[in-house]
Amino acid sequence: MHELGIVFYIIRDVKQAAEENGVSRVSALVMNIGEVSTVVPEYLIDCWRWAADKEDLLRGSELRINTIPAVTFCETCGKEYETVPNGKTCPFCGSGNTWLLRGNEVEIKEIEVPS
Amino acid sequence: MDEVKVIEIKKSIFAENDKDADALRKELKDRGVYLLNLMSSPGSGKTTTLIKTINLLKDKLRIAVMEADIDSDVDAVKIKDATGIKSIQLHTGGMCHLDAEMTRQGLDGLVLQDCDLVVLENVGNLVCPAEFDTGSCRNAMILSVPEGDDKPLKYPLMFSVCDVVIINKTDVLPYFDFDMEKCREYIRMRNPHARVFPICARTGEGVDAFAEWLLAEVRSWKQ
Repeated sequence: MHELGIVFYIIRDVKQAAEENGVSRVSALVMNIGEVSTVVPEYLIDCWRWAADKEDLLRGSELRINTIPAVTFCETCGKEYETVPNGKTCPFCGSGNTWLLRGNEVEIKEIEVPS
Repeated sequence: MDEVKVIEIKKSIFAENDKDADALRKELKDRGVYLLNLMSSPGSGKTTTLIKTINLLKDKLRIAVMEADIDSDVDAVKIKDATGIKSIQLHTGGMCHLDAEMTRQGLDGLVLQDCDLVVLENVGNLVCPAEFDTGSCRNAMILSVPEGDDKPLKYPLMFSVCDVVIINKTDVLPYFDFDMEKCREYIRMRNPHARVFPICARTGEGVDAFAEWLLAEVRSWKQ
């Protein structure tokens, strides 16, 4: 359970982006969260509600999550495969010489502001 | 429904921290200070391992320790009493890890001109500390025998970010189903370059090998 800590970093970055864009109110925030990023979307949303409502800029704003499927690349056979059911072992050739292509994201995609 | 305007940001929440961490590492290099980030679960023996290591190195290096915990100062006091070196306590205020900015604030509490080696004892946790670069020169972690040889499988990120894995409490190996070879294999799966040091911090067995590695690291960093 480290989602509250993550939420504090999100709030810091959103505040900065709002300032740069001259925004005084954010109505929604969209996050890209990778499947194997270790962030649990439900917990993140709960923590967001608690922390965001303490900020004038973010009060009542909705957090929407865009899940990024995890994909691993196998160095040995050159194929890509789904990370979650297979882990680090390539299902095509059995090699462990593999690395994560995507699925580790914790990024702010966009913010929505009332026009 | 109200019209909304969308502002694209597309920024990782780790981006700012990674930048801070790189800046801190560069500054430490310029000042000739080596920072080791030591991580593990609670109770794996971080403080005892540190005391034994410091006592082997304190005549050769000027050492300071930063203890990070959610609360209390028991570790900082213990280190100071057992080694006589400068030790400060950082409180994370409930956060489960340290980031580069918090590490910098901790370093501000030390006189860096008087340090060759600073050890950051991170919050006891195998998940979050692995995600946040503290700005350290190297990451080390301690896995103790009672925790089990399968931990590299369960906490992959921690083992993949660590340059060194210390396996502590080898004196209790006869009482646990801990397979040292299997553990080394699991660590290699996560990180083929990780150095592994089996030790017993209580008796001091094996600590000299880790201390030698650390001494060589600090000396090459200062060149």
